[in-house]
Amino acid sequence: MDALSVDFSILIPEIVLLTMACVVLFVDLYVPQRNKAMTQGLTLVTLALCALFAAQGIGDTPRISFNGSFISDGLSNLLKTLIFLTAMVVFVYSRRYLADREVLKGEFYLLGLFSLLGMSILVSAYSMVTVYLGLELLSLALYAMVALHRDELAPTEAAMKYFILGALASGMLLYGMSLLYGVTGTLQIDILAQRASTAMEQDALLFLVGVVFLVVGVAFKFGAVPFHMWVPDVYHGAPTAMTLFISTAPKLAAFGMLYRLFAEGLITFHGEWQQYLIILAALSLVVGNVVAIAQRNLKRMFAYSAIAHVGYLFLGIVAGTEAGFASSLFYVIAYVIMGLGGFGMILLLSRKGFEGDRLEDLKGLNDTHPWYALMMLILMASMAGVPPTLGFYAKLAVIQAVVDSGQVWLAVLAVIFSVIGAFYYLRAIWYMYFDEPQVKVGITEAGGVAKALLSANSLLVLMLGIVPGGLLALCFQVIAG
Amino acid sequence: MSSDLPILSLLIWLPILGGAIVIAVGGGNRNASSARWLSLFFSVIALWLSIPLYTQFDTTTSAMQFVEKVPWIETFNIYYHLGVDGFSMPLILLTTFSTLLVVLAGWEVIKEKPAQYMGAFLIMEGLMIGVFAALDSVLFYVFWEAMLIPMFLIIGIWGGPRRIYATVKFFLYTFLGSVFMLVALIYMYIKGGSFAILDLHTLPLSLTEQILIFLAFLIAFAVKIPMWPVHTWLPDAHVEAPTGGSVILAAIMLKMGGYGFVRFSLPITPDASMTLDWLVILLSLIAIIYIGFVALVQEDLKKLIAYSSIAHMGFVTLGFFLLFDIMEATGQVRGAALGIEGAMVQMVSHGFISGALFLCVGVLYDRMHTRRIQDYGGVANVMPVFAAFAVLFAMANTGLPGTSGFVGEFMVILSAMKANFWIAFAAATTLIIGAGYTLWMVKRVFFGEVGNERVAVLTDLNKREFLILGLLAIAVLGLGVWPDPLLEVMHASVDNLIQHVTQSKI
Repeated sequence: MDALSVDFSILIPEIVLLTMACVVLFVDLYVPQRNKAMTQGLTLVTLALCALFAAQGIGDTPRISFNGSFISDGLSNLLKTLIFLTAMVVFVYSRRYLADREVLKGEFYLLGLFSLLGMSILVSAYSMVTVYLGLELLSLALYAMVALHRDELAPTEAAMKYFILGALASGMLLYGMSLLYGVTGTLQIDILAQRASTAMEQDALLFLVGVVFLVVGVAFKFGAVPFHMWVPDVYHGAPTAMTLFISTAPKLAAFGMLYRLFAEGLITFHGEWQQYLIILAALSLVVGNVVAIAQRNLKRMFAYSAIAHVGYLFLGIVAGTEAGFASSLFYVIAYVIMGLGGFGMILLLSRKGFEGDRLEDLKGLNDTHPWYALMMLILMASMAGVPPTLGFYAKLAVIQAVVDSGQVWLAVLAVIFSVIGAFYYLRAIWYMYFDEPQVKVGITEAGGVAKALLSANSLLVLMLGIVPGGLLALCFQVIAG
Repeated sequence: MSSDLPILSLLIWLPILGGAIVIAVGGGNRNASSARWLSLFFSVIALWLSIPLYTQFDTTTSAMQFVEKVPWIETFNIYYHLGVDGFSMPLILLTTFSTLLVVLAGWEVIKEKPAQYMGAFLIMEGLMIGVFAALDSVLFYVFWEAMLIPMFLIIGIWGGPRRIYATVKFFLYTFLGSVFMLVALIYMYIKGGSFAILDLHTLPLSLTEQILIFLAFLIAFAVKIPMWPVHTWLPDAHVEAPTGGSVILAAIMLKMGGYGFVRFSLPITPDASMTLDWLVILLSLIAIIYIGFVALVQEDLKKLIAYSSIAHMGFVTLGFFLLFDIMEATGQVRGAALGIEGAMVQMVSHGFISGALFLCVGVLYDRMHTRRIQDYGGVANVMPVFAAFAVLFAMANTGLPGTSGFVGEFMVILSAMKANFWIAFAAATTLIIGAGYTLWMVKRVFFGEVGNERVAVLTDLNKREFLILGLLAIAVLGLGVWPDPLLEVMHASVDNLIQHVTQSKI
């Protein structure tokens, strides 16, 4: 397919999403409704449709269009499918929580949809401008989403931090892009890859500074140490429903961005950016796992755990091989499934006037709700990387990639810190199983659909732990193209 | 029963499924009685299923038997590959036997959440059989680690006052030990392209690589078995665990470390094993002598048995690693085989004896709710039948001829004599120290005047307890008088191992 042609067929998920987002906007304005059932219904149908369209493209050969700025390939379609499915789960989980706090507004769904549009564009971006466009659309919608609960102090503060630091990161990224553009004269990822070697010869300093800024921008978005400061504050301060959203779907999109920029654009400089990523990965593993031990708030603990998970995820990228990227893709998918379950569980524990996000709130869960204690047990075991759960194979895959690249010491560091990390997941388990209940949690008030979905989510973590072969093969297949 | 039946898969998955059913049926405290009977049903079925492993076992070959192999994770060339040989088959039988006893032992004793208790043990039974049957190292690792969670819960929910400390310590120690093994396995996969254990046996490795891999394995298995100085989790875990947990820990989980040495360390890194065998022998002797003295001063019954377990496990590691010295000194394959077979017998025998001793402590604890030796005295006067059993097991623990404890220790000491007189001398001191701590404990608990009023009103064994201890007594005496049925299934595998190990990989 000629890169200069205009092929609207590869834009179908985005077109559907944008159109429906506008329809939802109008429906929400003009149809009077209690609890926004119609808005939610329409949103879910839209996402299901988009996921369906995207899923059909997973096996396709790569198609590039719009002057080489947009690509539809196996990876982008897989990520889109997962992003839409994740968002559906998020909307189902968060409904009661938002209704209880009287922020179940149409805006939540609208901002969500626009943010998803941004993610969708980001994973398909094949030029640095499209990358930036997608990233900004996604981020701006999320900033507003966090601030939706505007009468509360903590969410407002979180939104402000998120916005300022996010804008700073975007600025860095944009600056890096402009430097690369200055040296290579192109914004397109594939041409950048071709011209990179000559550019390096012409002006190595400028080029490398550009790469560094790119790494910093990406690390900011992922929340890798030392660019992680915003993560705990935002995860903690934002209403749990928003935390659930920002901690899951955007991670998939960020992986897409990382892959396009580094695996496709700058792979010839693997030796250069590998060093930066090793430092980021090692620091994230150490800081994330150690600081999480000190947290008494579940959301904050999950935030530091997310930082540690980013460290593991980067291990695969560090390897820089096809197997490494595929392993990281597998890791990010595993993380999103686990994260959905983890924050979904906090939403389930909460009720009106009670957040359920303290570690103590888990106490005695096995006495009051043995089934959900078991679900949480599976999730915690998976996050700790204990087999037979999904999280173990994710760690196995990335550690394998990093050993393959010859960095055995990094693998050893990773496993040692996975043991240290196991402690705080174990603490959650022991609170649930060994201690007496202290507070009444809100599980009985939750809707049936959300409960069933959360159970399915946790059981999926276990099932994929018993038969992980299919998902792993899929990841390798889309990365291999 | 048709031999085409996937016995090993059934043995793994049936108890796991059974455990899930038991938990589902008796969730909370409902239907406790049906949960108990269901657990008994599943553990009997598992024991019954495991018998053909012995009766249909071909003792003439060292090849894997009852093999099942299907692709599992094709991306990484990982197979769902099961099979048993002379090393693993006895341990699987020991697992199914011990689980049945544990289910019986917890029958009416466990009042709180009995279904979860029984279910956890059934799930663990499946996972432990998986460890012994796995022929793919990732599959092995999955079972090895998966077991930690149920054990963590068993100690933590039904354990004593310091249970949380003990169970977290247990989990983190074992977890830390095994992650190095994972890195070693991955390293070998990158090098050889296969996770199959039998492929790893033939993978060529340089001495430096072998030494690093050997040390990684050593950490994993030394923590599990446990060897001095990484044994400290065991006394804590044993003391705090409920009786069933202690039995499974002592009878099966410790054996996994020993099994790991013969399945991984020795055949995968033979040259490193030869280079570093002095280290293992030294640590084993320290365990035998020093830990024996530590056991002497214990005030707590369970702690005493726990330390005695560590000392006895020292014999196992000693027996495994004597083979290089014996081959050097005498060049006899059968001489070296004696040490390994002795260690294997010691593992099985210790499974019976330590399990029995913990059950005896359980019998006392259920009545008196104390484990301190000084709270007892003259128990034999009020519980004569129980005292007879307890003294029998205590004698077996000291290695009295005629009991299974004698066979393993004698074989190991005999082979040590072939290797080096002083090693044999040091190992043999255990006969004195072991007799010292065990008999002194017996004297203080069982004999003499009735210690206090609480002891005076003790009731003797009920039928359930009699059945459990009776079965174990038969096993201990049977193996002690006639160990051949156990030895003959191991000969082929042991000879093959020695032949393999004595060939350099470099």
